[in-house]
Amino acid sequence: MMSSKEARSLKMLHLTTGRVGCLLSKQVVVALTSSGARMSSHGHHEVSDSVDMSQPMYWDRLDTPLPDRPWKDVLDSTDKSLKQKEKGPWTALSKEEKIALYRLKFNHTYPEMKRPSHEWKTVIGGMFIVFGITGLVVLWQCHYVYPPQPHTFGEEWQAKQVQRMLDMQINPIEGFSAQWDYKNKQWK
Amino acid sequence: MQASTETVFLYPPTPLSARCYSHAKVETDEEFDARWVTYFSKPDIDAWELKKGMNTLIGYDLVPEPKILDSALRACRRLNDLASAIRILEAVKDKSGPHKDIYPYLIQELQPTLTELGISTPEDLGMDIL
Repeated sequence: MMSSKEARSLKMLHLTTGRVGCLLSKQVVVALTSSGARMSSHGHHEVSDSVDMSQPMYWDRLDTPLPDRPWKDVLDSTDKSLKQKEKGPWTALSKEEKIALYRLKFNHTYPEMKRPSHEWKTVIGGMFIVFGITGLVVLWQCHYVYPPQPHTFGEEWQAKQVQRMLDMQINPIEGFSAQWDYKNKQWK
Repeated sequence: MQASTETVFLYPPTPLSARCYSHAKVETDEEFDARWVTYFSKPDIDAWELKKGMNTLIGYDLVPEPKILDSALRACRRLNDLASAIRILEAVKDKSGPHKDIYPYLIQELQPTLTELGISTPEDLGMDIL
């Protein structure tokens, strides 16, 4: 027995697959119905990935405790009899029955909603992989892309440059030459 | 010729009562509580109103007073909805955040109601752990 939701989605399917061909749409229709029957305890599932936003939705949110729809809205006979018992005094319910009633209406408890995930490991790992790839790219670039260093970077030139700067007394008070001990000809 | 001295104020020195603050009346805590208790005390409250009320209340930057929660739990009873009653308790525990002493206080204050209506806390049902 199809719910009105399935009937509606079937109608829509007929409209969209009109051109595809009668046989194909029939196969898809069969798939819809059978998967609908399989998932009857969670009758809200759609075959396609998109959610029907025109229907009341279920959600597990810490900041919005009561969703528009119960988790299980297709109840079998045991569920229905439990719901009947719920109309009486709750002191008559056992702990298991109370838990069952909660699970009918809600999917995750608050601790389950707040459970930690291992996502951070993926994130950090991904970051390091990207850094590594970037590092390889930089190495390749240093080797193959950069032109040769100017001759002024060489050891000998640099030494002569430092000596020249000291001779000129560059920044003799607080800077470069201030660090040079002219008497003992060494760095302070 | 008399020199007229006009003092020109650079800004009007306004008395407190005329400052540019909103003139809206601020609701006191007692008024807030009373309003919400009344909301949930509606005898023929429906499921939508309960959901809307609770979701709005949890959206505020506060943990509801026990008397508001008592009213909400009784509304759950009128709607034959035990699951939502337990959910409300979970929600206020979460609302307390790092202040671990609020929830035990709430349960202590609500214990008579919980016993009367037969509402088990999530701890009683073992649902407070994963």
